[in-house]
Amino acid sequence: MDKLSLGNKTFNSRLLTGTGKFGDKSLIPKMLESSRSEIITVALRRVNINNPEENILNFIPKNITLLPNTSGARTAEEAVKIARIARAAGCGEFIKIEIINDMKYLMPDNEETIKATKILAAENYIVLPYMNPDVIAAKKLEDAGAAAVMPLGSPIGSHQGLQTKHLIEILIENSNVPIIVDAGIGKPSHAADAMEMGADAVLVNSAIACSEDPVLMGQAFHKAVEAGRECYIAGAKEKIRFAEASSPLTGFIFN
Amino acid sequence: MSFNNVLKHFDNFNFEKYLNSVSDNDIINSLRKTKLDNYDLLNLLSDNAVKYLEPIARKANRLTHQYFGRAILLYAPIYISNYCQNVCLYCGFNSKNKINRAMLNLHQIEEEAVKLKSTGIEHVLLLTGEDCKKSGFEYIRGAVQILKKHFHSVSIEIYPMETDEYSILKADGVDGLTIYQEVYDKEIYDKVHLGGKKKNYQYRLDTPERGAMAGLRTINIGALFGLGNVISEAFFTALHAKYLSDKYLNSEFSVSFPRINTEGTDFSIINKVEDKKFIQMIIAMRLFIPKIGITVSTRESSRLRDKIIHLGATKLSAGSSTTVGGYTHINDSDKQFDITDSRSVDEVSEMLKENNFQPIFKDWEQI
Repeated sequence: MDKLSLGNKTFNSRLLTGTGKFGDKSLIPKMLESSRSEIITVALRRVNINNPEENILNFIPKNITLLPNTSGARTAEEAVKIARIARAAGCGEFIKIEIINDMKYLMPDNEETIKATKILAAENYIVLPYMNPDVIAAKKLEDAGAAAVMPLGSPIGSHQGLQTKHLIEILIENSNVPIIVDAGIGKPSHAADAMEMGADAVLVNSAIACSEDPVLMGQAFHKAVEAGRECYIAGAKEKIRFAEASSPLTGFIFN
Repeated sequence: MSFNNVLKHFDNFNFEKYLNSVSDNDIINSLRKTKLDNYDLLNLLSDNAVKYLEPIARKANRLTHQYFGRAILLYAPIYISNYCQNVCLYCGFNSKNKINRAMLNLHQIEEEAVKLKSTGIEHVLLLTGEDCKKSGFEYIRGAVQILKKHFHSVSIEIYPMETDEYSILKADGVDGLTIYQEVYDKEIYDKVHLGGKKKNYQYRLDTPERGAMAGLRTINIGALFGLGNVISEAFFTALHAKYLSDKYLNSEFSVSFPRINTEGTDFSIINKVEDKKFIQMIIAMRLFIPKIGITVSTRESSRLRDKIIHLGATKLSAGSSTTVGGYTHINDSDKQFDITDSRSVDEVSEMLKENNFQPIFKDWEQI
């Protein structure tokens, strides 16, 4: 499959995964293997450097790129502080900005996210902002230095699939940076759908972590993402409203 | 606007009459809905719904997994003073009780913190009796300074404060507030709280709201079960949580359903809550507000706590002591209530892993 470029790095897999919600942390490396995912997001608030047994980072193989996230941040200022702590803790240059001050629907605050992106991109982070799919905000994030833009498919953990499909399509059409669909993907078919329409990658966490068999589900998502990408490259035909006869009605006209 | 305005709507509501009218069909319909209204909640809390406990539990299990995953946050309390000015008939710290009183100095608090931290605990709940003179504001601030050096998250369960005081504590590093109304029934509230500042029902009722206005990140509310009517108290607890989470999008709310423990008091329980009803409250709450946190303390037995993680609980205390200086045995003061689940942090953590749950020790970063 064609490679995904983020910042100065390239990846073979277009499936990003997450560490949250796993019943058993030892499943994480197995899931990474079955899903072939090369990037995994981890909430800094759950990283416990001082306790090796509980430290989630010790369950992530070294060849995997860490994508620390700013979960818990309610303002740009807090997100920036968390990002700096993550870098100091050795979590690398990648940062997923997640700024939420609405605990009811868990919707990201685009305005604060743009501010934080500007600050962190200037500090040479590879910034992946999680956002509400608004094309103007996506443009501003791009201008602020985002390495990719991560619009939500539907609210976090809702498993509702691509409720924002048409808005994401607009982002895909207009973006100069990769679009990674994050949140709401509940089934492999949702992931395939996102990839078919031209998303560059998807991030899936709870649909894998909360399944009965996260290792097998990781593999299912791997297949769906590859199939969706190949379909996009192969050039999926647009949906049409009426049946199209294979013997055209105008076939009799020769000149 | 205060939650009291919501409560007023129910002043003349005849709970008994409504609950007696709840049919099997009503319960099945409420169970099928994705958005439950107040009546759906009552239907699920009704005695008739006991026979639907299993399907309600299955839905609660599914929703909890969806929103919280297989992860349970562990925390422990740290009691630093049991001096109290209130006269609450059900409580061991009642100011009229002749018990051994103690208040830790800052050095002792540090020793307790070190000992507790060595068990692996990262989220701590700072507790005092309600004596705002003896364990005054500056004393609390000093304690917070020490605790935040050792723990990633510091919450408080102390006497109710003003919004600006909460703001100061937030700036000091407090991120959570636990405050229980104890009983929403105003008559019973008046009967069991004989003196002290706690006598003021309305002031206590608005306390979680003041905490939210100050921007505290997590707020835990609840009623003490054994006082008011079980169903109406569970109903008002849920409505209070709904009112707060609808109004203050900035804070995360959670609820507890502590059952009264009369150890060390002459108090006799007014409305006893059996295990079945206790479980029913928790699963009905989960269906009513799928994203609400549910805390279950060591007041409950290990047998019950091992099962409740599948039914909606998201946060458990572990290895707790309810005695001032209880981790280092600094003094011989009396406890607030008896602990039923006396397992260590390691043992609770192992139990979670055996059940395929991830024990979460750290879920916050002080910034």
